Amino acid sequence: MQAIKRKKRKETIIEGFFLICAFVAVISVLAITVFVFFNGLKPFISNSYPIWDFLTGVEWRPGSNMYGIFYMIVGSIYATFGAILIGVPVAILTAVYISELAGSRLGKMIRFAVELLAGIPSVLYGVFGLGIIVPYVLKISPMAQGESLLATILVLAIMILPTVVSISETSISAVPKEYREGSYALGASKIQTIFKVVLPAARSGIMTGVILGIGRAIGETMAVMLVCGNPIAGIPTSLFDQIRPLTTNIALEMGYASGVHQELLYSTGVVLFIFIMIINLAVNKLVKAKVGS
Amino acid sequence: MSKKLKRVLVSLLVGATVLTLAGCGSSGSTTTSTTKEAVSGEINGGGSTSVQKIIDAAGSEFTALNPDAKFTYSGTGSSDGIKGATAGTYSFGCASRELKTEEKGNLTELIFAYDGIAIVLNPANTVTNLTKDQVAKIYMGEITNWSEVGGADGTIVVVSREDGSGTRDAVEELVGFKEKLKADATIKEGNGNVQTTVAGNTNAIGYVSLTFVDKTVKAIDVDGVKATVDNVKNKTYPISRPFLAMYDESKVDDATLAFLDFLMSTEGQAIVEEHGGIAV
Repeated sequence: MQAIKRKKRKETIIEGFFLICAFVAVISVLAITVFVFFNGLKPFISNSYPIWDFLTGVEWRPGSNMYGIFYMIVGSIYATFGAILIGVPVAILTAVYISELAGSRLGKMIRFAVELLAGIPSVLYGVFGLGIIVPYVLKISPMAQGESLLATILVLAIMILPTVVSISETSISAVPKEYREGSYALGASKIQTIFKVVLPAARSGIMTGVILGIGRAIGETMAVMLVCGNPIAGIPTSLFDQIRPLTTNIALEMGYASGVHQELLYSTGVVLFIFIMIINLAVNKLVKAKVGS
Repeated sequence: MSKKLKRVLVSLLVGATVLTLAGCGSSGSTTTSTTKEAVSGEINGGGSTSVQKIIDAAGSEFTALNPDAKFTYSGTGSSDGIKGATAGTYSFGCASRELKTEEKGNLTELIFAYDGIAIVLNPANTVTNLTKDQVAKIYMGEITNWSEVGGADGTIVVVSREDGSGTRDAVEELVGFKEKLKADATIKEGNGNVQTTVAGNTNAIGYVSLTFVDKTVKAIDVDGVKATVDNVKNKTYPISRPFLAMYDESKVDDATLAFLDFLMSTEGQAIVEEHGGIAV
């Protein structure tokens, strides 16, 4: 009896410890949200800057009291969309190659390379982009500088590869062998099997990878800051135009900003935050709807 | 055999450690003997934001050497620093410009550093000299092609720094295009990134702290004057300014004077250079 009670108490204590650990993440998310929203909404509540001008303005000149982020929102969306457009197909085909087509030695080698890519600090991607991609873009660009939406997209497309590849590969490998065998038995070729059977079966895992990829692309700061050009105004109208994504706006100026300028940088963070939430919710819904059907 | 080897190695290591420690101890005692008596009291300075990094760093080094002294510096702008020093609300004030005659009053001025900014081009660019006015026009977008200033045909790529950067503030003010930077200028964070960008684009123009220029870019003459440390010091190079500290002789206290002495010492001047200034 005594022994059972003691055992139970021990269980409760350990359970409590687990709960505390679980709460670290929850509390962090709450703290960050409250902090960013509290500071970011201040200028609009206290009327020190009109929210409409903030959201629709296309010029950012703190010294002249102009804080418009519309062109940054457009830049962030274009860059993320472009990176997904290029990065995701490459990543999925890489995952398929590793798990379905490559021999075990070559597959291991490619997987190792992708894992290494994941470990490279993002600032190094930026340095690589500035040193290699930007001059190359300059060669084909009608503009006089290589810093551009295109350069940003290319850097981001490389950066999301590891995330999308590794998650897609895991879910492709998890597709039961019987599916493939069934497909072969019906006379389908290997490629037909991959596209008609394996990929559809692994779809929800692949979509998760894509969501995380989008999250990485829209939130990436250091690498992008070096290759995007960060102009103080202007909605991008071509791939060769410079952009200033929301993230780099915060990172560039937070160090020196004070007063309304600083609060509006937090507001930029709020917009970014809302964007990421919308994207996550939308894609989550999409996945559920597709899996459900 | 291997045991013996191990023992020898261990004793060697111990010996080395002891020696190192002894070395540290002795060098520590020499420093304390050379420094003057510890200073105590409150030093409260204020003024130019451009000098803040230097003054803050010198202040924390000074208080580390003199634990009884308290040091604060408020970056409120050069004009405020001058007023505060005159009124005695600051024990010393700082300005990143020369004082106007009406501001001088009873103040004692001390130049503790210079700030010079080089206009840099890609080495392949044939332009070697620009006037201050031309630089301003390029940055405002009124001159957009190198052929307008004597170079080869090519659209000028204007590279500037992020808003709030002290170097950007100084250039905009000294060259004369305050808050008028053209909208599609490329913005880079930090001196290093500006240089990399200019080095990688034949049509780019940028600016960096004079102490920062390296061989990947070409610092051009401004108004016909070479961008050198000497020309900054003799005030012929136009994109430069002094960093001044000033105090009222009748109100100043010993702690403040000790701090300013420290700022002018070799140690203090090393801090100046470490934070982007030109030592005097």
